[in-house]
Amino acid sequence: MSATLITTILFYTFAAVLVVAALGVVTSRNPVHSAFFLVLAFFQSSMLWLLLEAEFLAVVLVLVYVGAVMVLFLFVVMMLDINVEELRQGYTRYLPLGLVVASVVIVEIAHVIWFRSQDLPLLTTPAARPADYSNTKELGAVLYTEHVYAFELAAVILLLAIVAAITLTMRRRPGLKVQNIAKQVAVRRDDRVRLVKVDAVKDEEG
Amino acid sequence: MNALFTTIDDLLSGFGIPAPIPYIVVTAIKIVIVLVPLILSVAYFTYWERKIIGWIQNRMGPNRVGWKGLLQPFADVIKMLFKEIVIPANSNRFLFLLAPLVSLVTAFSVWAVVPFSDTYVIAEIDAGLLYVLALTSLGVYGVIIAGWASNSKYAFLGAMRCAAQIVAYEIAMGFALVGVLMAGGSLKLGDIILAQQGTSVLSWFFIPLFPLFLVFFISGLAETNRAPFDVAEGESEIVAGFHVEYGGIAFGLFFLAEYANMILITALTVVFFLGGWLSPFAGIGALEGTLLAQPGFHWLAAKMVFFMFCFLWVRATFPRYRYDQIMRLGWKVFLPITLLWIFVEGVFVALEIGPWAA
Repeated sequence: MSATLITTILFYTFAAVLVVAALGVVTSRNPVHSAFFLVLAFFQSSMLWLLLEAEFLAVVLVLVYVGAVMVLFLFVVMMLDINVEELRQGYTRYLPLGLVVASVVIVEIAHVIWFRSQDLPLLTTPAARPADYSNTKELGAVLYTEHVYAFELAAVILLLAIVAAITLTMRRRPGLKVQNIAKQVAVRRDDRVRLVKVDAVKDEEG
Repeated sequence: MNALFTTIDDLLSGFGIPAPIPYIVVTAIKIVIVLVPLILSVAYFTYWERKIIGWIQNRMGPNRVGWKGLLQPFADVIKMLFKEIVIPANSNRFLFLLAPLVSLVTAFSVWAVVPFSDTYVIAEIDAGLLYVLALTSLGVYGVIIAGWASNSKYAFLGAMRCAAQIVAYEIAMGFALVGVLMAGGSLKLGDIILAQQGTSVLSWFFIPLFPLFLVFFISGLAETNRAPFDVAEGESEIVAGFHVEYGGIAFGLFFLAEYANMILITALTVVFFLGGWLSPFAGIGALEGTLLAQPGFHWLAAKMVFFMFCFLWVRATFPRYRYDQIMRLGWKVFLPITLLWIFVEGVFVALEIGPWAA
């Protein structure tokens, strides 16, 4: 077995599981099952990226989307009591719009496949890098030099989103009892306890 | 060790076995060499835990099965193997049985990148540190799936607590590791150890990165749901948390995964901050040439044993945190500390002060 054959087998296995998982996301009746299928789909696509030697992107996809985003997503989906029947009622109403979106996506994919079948010189497969080639280091070098403004802009926009999300959800209700931890920690023994020295009482009657 | 693997590889290739199979065989042997001692150390870690906590609380600990109770872990495993696995009614059977496997697989697969000595590591991948972070963050799915598939309030509450806690502490842990990779200059675990090689113990990262070292180890306690952060199990409030419905070996797998994760945290702490397999006595004239000055697996193991003891020590010493205080510690204390120290470290690197004066 040659290396390319193994890569091909791996690719089709991961791709098949990815397609099945993606179908599971939209066809599951239980929203929690859909979320689990989405986790599987993310994981499989990161495997495909690994095959493309993009190990940094692959690991970060697992780290960010599977490890953090989907956990929070599951958190919400599990807590909500979603009535699937009620959700399905508007199904036919949105069908025309859905069909339009789906056909646009299909046309786009077909276009890409047609484009790639044209044997254009810019689409040749790049040569495989040697094993000691560090994808992460190269990415970092480009990101912090050539694209530093775009990178910093993206960071600022993300920070803005965090601040906005917190200000939208944080409300201070009046009359709420909250602990002041600094005050709790600053407490000294003398504030709370009074040590009293009591003299022994002499029993005078007995 | 590596010469042996090359011999096996050559031997299999010599018999005309096609290309990837000898490699797969050799890797499988390497994995077995790591996993069997790991499972055994988990078994004796539980024994040791009960002994140490027993001594701290002025008790004997297990002392009935075997000499000084040394066969106790095997008695426990045999008991668990022969117990029936009860699957709760109205639970999701597939997910219920999948959950312990998810926990175990993620706990074991991180060990692939841990360097045991300067030559022995199963997979020397370039983005090793990222791989560790990604795989440890996957471990939370075992807990979530278990809690949800059990169809039980206690299990669900435990899973929710655990998930929130792991996500919170992973951020502090990740930032602590950013500091390590700034100092080490590489994502490869072997290179991070080599970057700590210097004249003495003073060149190990736990000195310049002391706050990050503390944050990493305490976050490790929280990530593995150990006391004092074990509210996911919280015996007094929610019985046993996410694995309340599990019995027999299905519970045993969760147990194995939890302890394998604890040992992993100790290994990672040693690799990132205490020079991994480097010897603390290297370069001392009188000891030159002895085993004490040799870098190797024995030093990694010795340092790991110390931190494993710390896990037990902490468990026997501190009362359990309240949940809101856990969250406060993670988000409002550890996160600012790590951010501040990364900034300080950045200034050090830019001005070439201390260990970064190249």
